[in-house]
Amino acid sequence: MHKEFLMGNEAIALGAVTAGVNLVSGYPGTPSSEVLETAAKHRDDTTYVEWSVNEKSALEVAAGAAYAGARSLVTMKQVGLNVASDPLMSLAYIGVKGGMVVLVADDPGPVSSQTEQDTRHYSAFSKLPCFDPTSAQEAYEMIQEAFTYSETYGTPVFFRPTTRVCHGYASIMVKDPSEYTRHCPEGFRKDTARWVIFPRLSYQNHIKIEERNVRLAEDFSSYKRNRIFPEAKETPIPAGKPQKRGIAAGGISFTYAMETLEQIGMVRLLKVATPHPFPEKLALEFLGGLDEVLCIEELDPVIERELTYLCGKHHLPTKIYGKLTHHVPNAGENTQDSVRTNIMSFLGYQPPGQAQTGSSSSDGRLSDHVDTPPVLPVRPPVLCAGCPHRASFYAVKTAMKGQKTIFCGDIGCYTLGNAMPLDMVDTCLCMGAGLGIAQGVGHIEPDTVCFAFVGDSTFFASAIPGVVNAVYNQADMTLVVLDNSTTAMTGHQPHPGTGHTMMGNIVDKIDIEAVLRGIGLKIVETADPLDLSAAAACVRRVAGEPGVKAIIFKSPCIAVTNPDGKMKIDSGKCIRCKKCIRELGCPALIMTDGNIGIDASLCTGCGLCSQLCPVSAIIPSGTAVCTADRPEASKGGSHE
Amino acid sequence: MNKNIVLCGVGGQGTVLASKLIASAAMKKDIPVMSAETIGMAQRGGSVFSHIRMGEGLYTPMIAKGSADIIIGFEPGETVRMLPYLKDGGQIIVSRRAIMPVTAALSDTPYDGGDMIAYLKAHTRKLLVVDTEQACQEIGSVRVLNLLLLGAAVQSGALGLDEEDLKTAIRERVPEKFHELNFRALSYMREHYI
Repeated sequence: MHKEFLMGNEAIALGAVTAGVNLVSGYPGTPSSEVLETAAKHRDDTTYVEWSVNEKSALEVAAGAAYAGARSLVTMKQVGLNVASDPLMSLAYIGVKGGMVVLVADDPGPVSSQTEQDTRHYSAFSKLPCFDPTSAQEAYEMIQEAFTYSETYGTPVFFRPTTRVCHGYASIMVKDPSEYTRHCPEGFRKDTARWVIFPRLSYQNHIKIEERNVRLAEDFSSYKRNRIFPEAKETPIPAGKPQKRGIAAGGISFTYAMETLEQIGMVRLLKVATPHPFPEKLALEFLGGLDEVLCIEELDPVIERELTYLCGKHHLPTKIYGKLTHHVPNAGENTQDSVRTNIMSFLGYQPPGQAQTGSSSSDGRLSDHVDTPPVLPVRPPVLCAGCPHRASFYAVKTAMKGQKTIFCGDIGCYTLGNAMPLDMVDTCLCMGAGLGIAQGVGHIEPDTVCFAFVGDSTFFASAIPGVVNAVYNQADMTLVVLDNSTTAMTGHQPHPGTGHTMMGNIVDKIDIEAVLRGIGLKIVETADPLDLSAAAACVRRVAGEPGVKAIIFKSPCIAVTNPDGKMKIDSGKCIRCKKCIRELGCPALIMTDGNIGIDASLCTGCGLCSQLCPVSAIIPSGTAVCTADRPEASKGGSHE
Repeated sequence: MNKNIVLCGVGGQGTVLASKLIASAAMKKDIPVMSAETIGMAQRGGSVFSHIRMGEGLYTPMIAKGSADIIIGFEPGETVRMLPYLKDGGQIIVSRRAIMPVTAALSDTPYDGGDMIAYLKAHTRKLLVVDTEQACQEIGSVRVLNLLLLGAAVQSGALGLDEEDLKTAIRERVPEKFHELNFRALSYMREHYI
């Protein structure tokens, strides 16, 4: 054993490697992506790791490996599970031979997601067990146990960390490589009665699954990570409130609850590590003698519903509070502060802060006249300086000016094209949906010029069926593929168009243009979006044609290339019209004391701004400036 | 020794490496450490933070409001945003240089870091404003912002780590060709600390 400072996702990956995982597959998605990347970094020669084309493929690949007796891990974010749900639901009936862990990272907030869906429901829906870690250290150990449970019960299991567990770091104890488990898969054994799903088999297995989950619930009641924390001998519940109170919590919320209870005094606490099948026996032990229980959890009230159900089933008088009773917010993520407030008010303490409001005299520490903070800058995320997506959107915007259009966006960095001043994303729903939406709008409003924008990784993941649908059903639309040669938003993962894999192999690139032509598109043009006039001309030409046609804007993400240089403002020429700032919204274009400037630490020299400047005042930084009397540009020093 | 540290700034400013260095230095001294940071969409120029906690008996990497021993602010406005996390008598280190958000540039909304600094001054007794622009110029690199601020944090004594601890962390975590530059940022802050 030794100590390492690890991100939760790294700890999970290392835990899987420690458990002898043979295959890891997945599709990138915040907050899950680092799991697979770390597994790839630490894998031994016998372990196979891949970024699959989407979550459905990833889950199927992992299932196949587990059919062959391997230990497999598949990783995705919560919305990715929607894509993988088809094989998942059937796989639940078939089961596995080797241990299989389906890692789905949930995102309360949501911080970087379209939905606040709760994978614990998928767990109950599919009848698959679910493990819910509270910290990096626990996640490291728990995933090893999850593999064991999966093998013991012959079923895939869910492992569901949330954002703060995934992206929290901790110094944790991990095993040395010499202590790793080596797992040798036995291989696939033909047995059609086992591996081929038919109605009869599903019926029989359904009976077995229900029986198994009763046993699992029993088993989970003695699983060490589900546990009751005893109350302190003299719990200082404020006077006048004689009720016996307890708290039930899971995930990161458990850690918030513990921080508060350690300060104000421990009450009885149920930690739920396996929300499904619910550890009923343990929960009953917890509920015994309590008058009231507060449930602290993120996303949906899963623990709360289970406890409410148990109270009904066993005629217990205990009142269960939480999201359903509006004692805890039912949307957004919990914080140390929100949990503290919830617990304090449940236990009858005055919430922090209120006591001070009541007191009449100020402590005089702070001067009163500056009490209202100045208006804080709003900082929505923006496309990076030099991002080729900005150029692509601007080219389409310029070309289509004055026409009735709809711009259907998709999932990726380019969703940020919605912000002002570009304002080029009218819809965004889920991976690959822009194509279908553009078609639907077009069928209802034939006079609208319909565009669908999709990134290269999203194209391979889920846009191809949408293109086939458009061609087959005679849609009239323009597909714009924003090909930046990477999966940028989630941290630059490779994909089928990049020509390399997670195993380090150089492979044939799958050519997007060839795919589109193969589907039957007659018009497919590839253009450089950073050449503004050529790109806009291309849009005019292509969008004017009937039927389904495509433009591929090809220019690499600035994070995977070396910038060409930088631009600068020739302030003698600059007429301060601010067109560059108003139309592009590039973070490198700044205003200081009424002058336009370029932040050299951000500029990549893409040159887009120089192409729209009406007086050619934006020039490459190496260029000499002739005018002698320009306003002070480089006196340097501070702004004060 | 228990310490709660908040780092804050704008996506791309280098808060992540700074938090790694602090954690690494704590690890070397065998102090348990936890941290959490913004990952995802906000990294594209949005507001970002790192929470770092050191010491025994911690359950969570997230810091509660009113409990940070020190806030290391990479940008004045972002530091004001995080002010509720500072404990009574806590230390603030802040870079003077403001970063104008695209939204402000577009709408001609004035955004002046000076207002933010004034607000911080009025609300904290232990405030150190670092003239990072001046310092970067003297050192000859814009990439030392995070080390300047860490250097100031070390000098303030509120970090619970010394310059040598950070140097060890730099040797471990940063490519060798940048060691000298980073060391220079630390010593600059030692010499210019008021």
